[in-house]
Amino acid sequence: MPRRLTRRIFPHPLLTLLLTFVWCLLNNTVSPGMVVFGLLLGIAIPILTSAYWPNRPVMYKPFRMMIYVLIVIWDIIVANVQVALIVLFKRNADMKPNWVNIPLDLRTPEAIAILAGTITLTPGTVSADLSDQGHALLVHALDASDPDAVRDEIKSRYERRLKEIFE
Amino acid sequence: MTEIPEYAEYIVAVALVVGGVFTLVGGYGLIKLESPMSRLHAPTKASTLGVGSILFAAIVFDFSRGETSVHEFLIIAFLFVTAPVSAMFIAKVAIHNRRLTQAPPPPAEDTVWATRAGAETDPMP
Repeated sequence: MPRRLTRRIFPHPLLTLLLTFVWCLLNNTVSPGMVVFGLLLGIAIPILTSAYWPNRPVMYKPFRMMIYVLIVIWDIIVANVQVALIVLFKRNADMKPNWVNIPLDLRTPEAIAILAGTITLTPGTVSADLSDQGHALLVHALDASDPDAVRDEIKSRYERRLKEIFE
Repeated sequence: MTEIPEYAEYIVAVALVVGGVFTLVGGYGLIKLESPMSRLHAPTKASTLGVGSILFAAIVFDFSRGETSVHEFLIIAFLFVTAPVSAMFIAKVAIHNRRLTQAPPPPAEDTVWATRAGAETDPMP
């Protein structure tokens, strides 16, 4: 059972690497001592927290993930300007805050978490709640006279890409 | 105070001003908007482009002085991971307290929003 043993020592191998990397970044140096100590942390923390994160998420297309991140950064910049203009120049009475109801096709918890985070980071929309079985997402839009259009845009722009990456 | 190249000075100055303006608009929005859910939009905005732009200025400043500092990338990463979580918690509290101008629609699938699950039997007013 060597495979099960490896799985118990490294429940999340990528998390181990990420923690080591972050530790080196925190210290701003890449010396052997720092790497070793980072590795110790990177091995200990996933083992201690594995009870809360039993599944190992699979990312099928990591390259697409980079494209996704670039798209999101661009959207954050564009949407920030739009929302700043709304906040500065639109009267409260003319604003149409609205709830947007998004049925989810995604089933991977990690992908849903990324989608919810993306929706909050792109200004103008905040993800507010998840349905009890996790099959629908409640989003609040700052100024949307047509909530269906917002829903369709989120579904086609973000959810479709995440589905390609994770499922 | 170490000298930095002139072009870097311009980049740093512009990034700082842009970041400051967006943070200011975020703070102004917090005062101007009326309902709790609308107000939630303002701080999420300030923490993305506002802080991102100021940290970009810090990165350019450090690199142009020849000191490679990567802490700023970590700040951006941690901020982008934690900001949506806190925003979602505030939204959940607003939904739970029913301090809403519009009630949320029922979910498209499943039966009820997670925050309201079990609330039908609650003796809440």
